[in-house]
Amino acid sequence: MNKKQKKSLIKIIIAAVLVIALAVIEVLSEKYGVIPELPKWLAFVLYMIPYLVVGYDILWRAIKNIRNGQVFDENFLMAVATIGAIALGEYREGVAVMLFYQIGEFFQSYAVGKSRKNITALMDIRPDYANLETAPGESEKVDPDEVEIGSVIVIKPGEKIPLDGKVIEGESALDTAALTGESLPRTVRAGDDVLSGCINMTGLLRALTTAEFEESTASKILDMVENASSKKSRSENFISKFAKYYTPIVCYSALALAVIPPVVNLITGNAPGWGNWIYRALTFLVISCPCALVISIPLSFFAGIGGASKAGVLIKGSNYLEALSKVKAVAFDKTGTLTKGSFSVTEIAPSEGVSEEELLKAAAYVESYSTHPIAISLRDAYVGKFNTEIDKAALSDVKEVSGHGVTAVLNGSKIAAGNEKMMRDVCLSYSRCDKPGTVVYVSKDGSFMGYILISDTPKEGAKEAVEGLKKAGIERVIMLTGDSPKAAEDIANRVGVTEFHAGLLPGDKVSRVEDILKQTSLAFVGDGINDAPVLTRSDVGIAMGALGSDAAIEAADIVLMDDDPRKVRKAIRISKKCMRIVYENIVFAIGIKVLCLILGALGIANMWVAIFADVGVMVIAVLNAIRTMWVKNL
Amino acid sequence: MKKTYGIEVDCANCANKMEEAAKNTAGVKDCTVNFMTLKMKVEFEDGADHEAVMQDVLKNCKKVEDDCEIFL
Repeated sequence: MNKKQKKSLIKIIIAAVLVIALAVIEVLSEKYGVIPELPKWLAFVLYMIPYLVVGYDILWRAIKNIRNGQVFDENFLMAVATIGAIALGEYREGVAVMLFYQIGEFFQSYAVGKSRKNITALMDIRPDYANLETAPGESEKVDPDEVEIGSVIVIKPGEKIPLDGKVIEGESALDTAALTGESLPRTVRAGDDVLSGCINMTGLLRALTTAEFEESTASKILDMVENASSKKSRSENFISKFAKYYTPIVCYSALALAVIPPVVNLITGNAPGWGNWIYRALTFLVISCPCALVISIPLSFFAGIGGASKAGVLIKGSNYLEALSKVKAVAFDKTGTLTKGSFSVTEIAPSEGVSEEELLKAAAYVESYSTHPIAISLRDAYVGKFNTEIDKAALSDVKEVSGHGVTAVLNGSKIAAGNEKMMRDVCLSYSRCDKPGTVVYVSKDGSFMGYILISDTPKEGAKEAVEGLKKAGIERVIMLTGDSPKAAEDIANRVGVTEFHAGLLPGDKVSRVEDILKQTSLAFVGDGINDAPVLTRSDVGIAMGALGSDAAIEAADIVLMDDDPRKVRKAIRISKKCMRIVYENIVFAIGIKVLCLILGALGIANMWVAIFADVGVMVIAVLNAIRTMWVKNL
Repeated sequence: MKKTYGIEVDCANCANKMEEAAKNTAGVKDCTVNFMTLKMKVEFEDGADHEAVMQDVLKNCKKVEDDCEIFL
């Protein structure tokens, strides 16, 4: 609580105690006659004490604002409503309106301050200091702003990495949760890049900085999230417009309500009933403050964006959150988004009499000197699958046959590994494989051993992501790729995508996306490397695994900090939840207010109901808005 | 040119009013006030003296909402 809040809390408590005491005295005298009834003037004086204690600043502000030509603000409304009630002799209600209004204001300020703090804590990745190495073994705490590119910084266990850099010494586990939402720690050692905002958990690291503070990941992310709510959504714009007209309309209706019916009564020869109609008009004024709406809508968006960034989903503006919730189709770029974008062994097919291990071993050994991605994936598969090491001493006479493959002698046998051309040269017969991907055929002393299929594999969770999207109400999941139709079809089947377009050049992707945009609203998910034009063109551009890639952060509207495709579904569910709460609040707040206005005009709702319509609705709407922050189980 | 200033204001509607007032100040091209982060982002007209303009912005904001502050 800040100073202002404490002061208003004290005022509220004093006034509340006084009002309750007065109410008790009144009840005792009216109902039970224990004490003589207060004379009217004394009751007035006694009620004026809590009224002024709790409301003097409102009255004062109302006067000042009128001087500045600002009539319809809530201070003025509250002043008129309460003074009016007191003038009608309703002291208790007049004071109560002021008291509850202040309680509402206090609650609002407290809740907003609290959630502001909570959400900023969620995004607490701003480093406070950096340990700049001044001499070997010595370091000095400095402001991260002052560290230049190419300086050496020391990061102790438990500290936040202050600037982006490259590890030059040490090994440690990093907690990247603040950036990616990923709870599994990441191991780094010398030569690895580290990003600011991660927390060093276990070991001491020395790192060479590669960016200045302003350009470091942590600053960029903070900047993005803080600017996010400046891009206002349509709902927010609607509410500020609504607020602009709502208050004056209600005020004029109040005036009409106070004057017209009594005048009509006078003309028709009935009793005018001024007091009754003015009372009804005053309840209008109490309901006329648009606070509940004006505060709860931006608060919902802010909490939604804050919660999402905690989950590793950065949303660049409330408008994108809103657009995402309306998306009906999601298009994925295949490579690096749904697939790993790297090669791995997907099938081992030995011919009769050969074991998988023999086949894979032969291929891995023969290729053990190569640095080609295919060779690396063979070695990884062999070492990983059978938990052994490659003993290069067993290998001799390694020869690369250009355009064909590799031959070598392993434990006295001549092994050949390569494509079909190679097989035609060295074997009498072999069995062909037509599956999409790269096929490595292996022979031993001229007899065919079998083939190994190497292809790009779907990411863990890709299938789940596609299913999840359909469950989240996405009608079309589309895959776009520059790859061959055969490879595309294979991946599409494996991840459960039914619609795909293959063989697309970068330009084709844009026109394809434009075609889809004509039919439906589309979110495009890319890994950000060459997707910038499509990311900007689609309704919502989502860049994936974009940590550290500037182009993607620039072009995309939503940035997924890690490369888990399931986060797309999460982002959509967060947006839907947020928008649901926004609409709930709009409908609820406007609905209750309109209802109370009607009941007030009919004389059914009294001032207490009006207080609920004003303060109660606001409290409920704010609490509802805060719910947006909890996105963990989405 | 764009600049961001910290602000202090109590209610969201008042923040909207400040935004409106700032937008209508001479020399200001566009302005967004973010109530949640308590920041005012002002885009100035080309060649405007932003310090002088901000004084006017503050004056205009004070007019619509007496209880506000812009940290210049």
